[in-house]
Amino acid sequence: MTHTTTTAPLHMPGLFAPYQIPDFFCELLNRKEPAPPALQDILHRIDGYSLEELRHRAASAEAQLYKAGITFTVYSDSKAIDRILPFDILPRVITAKEWAHIEAGVQQRVAALNLFLYDIYHDRAILRDGIVPAELVLSNPNYCQAMVGLKVPGGVYVHINGTDLIRDQSGRFLVLEDNARTPSGVSYVIENRHMMLRLMPDLASALPLRSVDEYGLKLHQSLCEVSPHGVTDPQVVLLSPGIFNSAYFEHVFLAREMGIPLVEGKDLLVENHRVYMRTVMGLRPVHAIYRRLNDDFLDPQVFNPTSMLGVPGLVEAYRRGNVTIANALGTGVADDKAIYAYMPRIIRYYLNQDPILGSVQTHICAEPEGLAYTLANMDKLVIKPVGESGGYGLIIGPQATKAELEAFRTLLVANPSNYISQPVINLSVSPTLCPDGIEARHVDLRPFAVTGRSTWVLPGGLSRVALRKGSLVVNSSQGGGSKDTWVLAS
Amino acid sequence: MINASTSSCGVLPGLNGLLSRYAESMLWLARYMERIENLARLMEVTEAFVRGPDGQTGWDSIIQINSDEVAFYALHTKATEADVLAFYITEQANPNSIKAMAHAVRENARSVRPLISTEMWAHLNMFTRWMLDLQFADIRLDSLSNICNRLKQECQTHYGITEGTLYRDQAWLFYMLGKQLERSDQITRLIDIRYHTLLPHGEKAGSDLDSSQWASVLRSAAAYHAFRRLQPVTTTPENVVGFLLKNEGFPRSLATSLSTFDALLAMLAAHKSLRRQCIPVQERAAELRVTLQEQTAQDMIVRGLHEYMQWIQTQIHHIQNDIAAAFWPPAAPLAPPPLSQTQTQTQTQG
Repeated sequence: MTHTTTTAPLHMPGLFAPYQIPDFFCELLNRKEPAPPALQDILHRIDGYSLEELRHRAASAEAQLYKAGITFTVYSDSKAIDRILPFDILPRVITAKEWAHIEAGVQQRVAALNLFLYDIYHDRAILRDGIVPAELVLSNPNYCQAMVGLKVPGGVYVHINGTDLIRDQSGRFLVLEDNARTPSGVSYVIENRHMMLRLMPDLASALPLRSVDEYGLKLHQSLCEVSPHGVTDPQVVLLSPGIFNSAYFEHVFLAREMGIPLVEGKDLLVENHRVYMRTVMGLRPVHAIYRRLNDDFLDPQVFNPTSMLGVPGLVEAYRRGNVTIANALGTGVADDKAIYAYMPRIIRYYLNQDPILGSVQTHICAEPEGLAYTLANMDKLVIKPVGESGGYGLIIGPQATKAELEAFRTLLVANPSNYISQPVINLSVSPTLCPDGIEARHVDLRPFAVTGRSTWVLPGGLSRVALRKGSLVVNSSQGGGSKDTWVLAS
Repeated sequence: MINASTSSCGVLPGLNGLLSRYAESMLWLARYMERIENLARLMEVTEAFVRGPDGQTGWDSIIQINSDEVAFYALHTKATEADVLAFYITEQANPNSIKAMAHAVRENARSVRPLISTEMWAHLNMFTRWMLDLQFADIRLDSLSNICNRLKQECQTHYGITEGTLYRDQAWLFYMLGKQLERSDQITRLIDIRYHTLLPHGEKAGSDLDSSQWASVLRSAAAYHAFRRLQPVTTTPENVVGFLLKNEGFPRSLATSLSTFDALLAMLAAHKSLRRQCIPVQERAAELRVTLQEQTAQDMIVRGLHEYMQWIQTQIHHIQNDIAAAFWPPAAPLAPPPLSQTQTQTQTQG
């Protein structure tokens, strides 16, 4: 870990007086450059609240989220417990300049992901040219045989992408991972904003904030753009695993925002390789499916034969071009943690451009040098399983005990190709309302990109915050919460 | 809510081709909410007013009204207040308990959450949570009426929010159809059982009966004061039965429920692709209305009120099945079997 000297944090009286920023980049108080006026304005407005006021409003936020059912469901002992994603009432702010950089970087990345997916399911030029090891792609469990040779409308595989970004100590945005399967969290981006405007109208008033309300419209429009050829008024549906899915709220939210039916597998039917939904007026054709179901569950005739969630015959209908599925099948091979290491090269290969957004240096333990380096530096690295998400199964070397490291070493040696390692990045922090007052907590950012004929990035994104002091893990399953993300228009 | 101008305006605006699953859930959401309200009223009135011949509170009549004798006596030996209340409020195994119905309401509401207003959802979210958290200790004698009052009020809040915020497309129609079906069912059950509890041995109408008992029948249907305004002097079984079945101004009478049901069906049938599917349901409903119009209350009592009430309940059951067959037919054999048939398992009471 490097400890660069940073410019001294702002010294402010009042609410921020006890605020301590160790070495980290702080989104509000330590940006290592003069803060734009709007940002200073926000800072002073926050400073105008008392702690009691903030706590009162925070409690109100929780009650409202619970009442409105903006929750995810956790199942334990066959009991369903609805939890809210903890919401911090202090916004995370992104300047117009930063946003322009992020937006261009995300668009570039999505373009490269789509070109890569097209290539590996067709010519495999990138494998032939030895840019990416063929084995890493072709033996990847997420490589989908049903996609080989299939032309998808507009060449779009990743219609909805979530790019996880972090900032290092100098404030540089780095991609931590791509989420090109069925990324979730966008409902919180929009609900958080609504909550914020209800709860803190005085904080937001007259600030040049970019709106997040267009998401449903843009998504619907994009899905119409990539509907099967010749369909003029496409019927789009959202396919959900159903009311017991932990992310059901988000499915409801998106269906409502797009004005489309939320269907379950049992509502759909394939006849003559065309997809229909069962309505009170009989079968009605379906042209595009925004699915929130993993590949494995989509079609019991092709994947998991015991799954009841999907639609028999769906993949064949898809292969015949009668229905669009978003995201396409087999995109999981592109957002794999091992492929991640090759993304800068993938971007250069297809676009002939330097990556706009940086990546975190990654050691692939499947490769002998990567494994050797990782084993020699376990106490300095984050080691992650390639197939897991949600912050499960990883170890943060500097924070682990000797015993934990030794136990992990055994796992790693037993199955090296399951792991990658990265240096520990000191994520940026953002002021957060904590039990002892306003304190610095680490944050990340997941912007959402929607791709039809072009790629549009929702100005904002999910800012997740690690609520536990010192924690670098922002996942909701690991004690993370979220903040409203304010992108300044100027 | 239904009037001539809305029923003659033709095709409803908005969504055409409502998902079958949504239609089913909307209908059952309404039915369960009505059922909860009716049960709450029944429990409250039973505690306060209903007495059997021995002067004991007639808790067993609730069991009879719901046709739950077998299920109840499998768990309990005697219809004591505590046992009956436990059975109808907290017993998970009883599909007609508040808790089980709260669960059904919640699942149906979750299914149609993309369609209903956020206000409807937010209210149902909190209401069903409260019901699901009810403990037996909450129903100590002194607070039963409080619980029943809250149940009724929450149901009525739900109706108000629904009236004011639910978009009136096909989803709304199925919701409203379910509401009328449940009301029709509930009023005939109430009359059937209460009538025979009060006239256990086929005594002639007009026997010297405690008129307060008849008042309790009216109270169970929230009809007492309306009835009083209409029949200020005499409370006879014919008058009470006639009011609850045939009165066109009382919102919970069978006549009102059936005519509203008809008007709703006409709106559904106004869509040309639904006309054919509505016919069997319309025919059955028409038959019900005719029998109701052609008989006086005295005719019904002389010919056998019990048999008539039973027949109506059977017809309502058929109507429910006709609606299901027309609008949410079972999936073709090739498709995977539906995951959940809980509603078709728990929907019937007898």
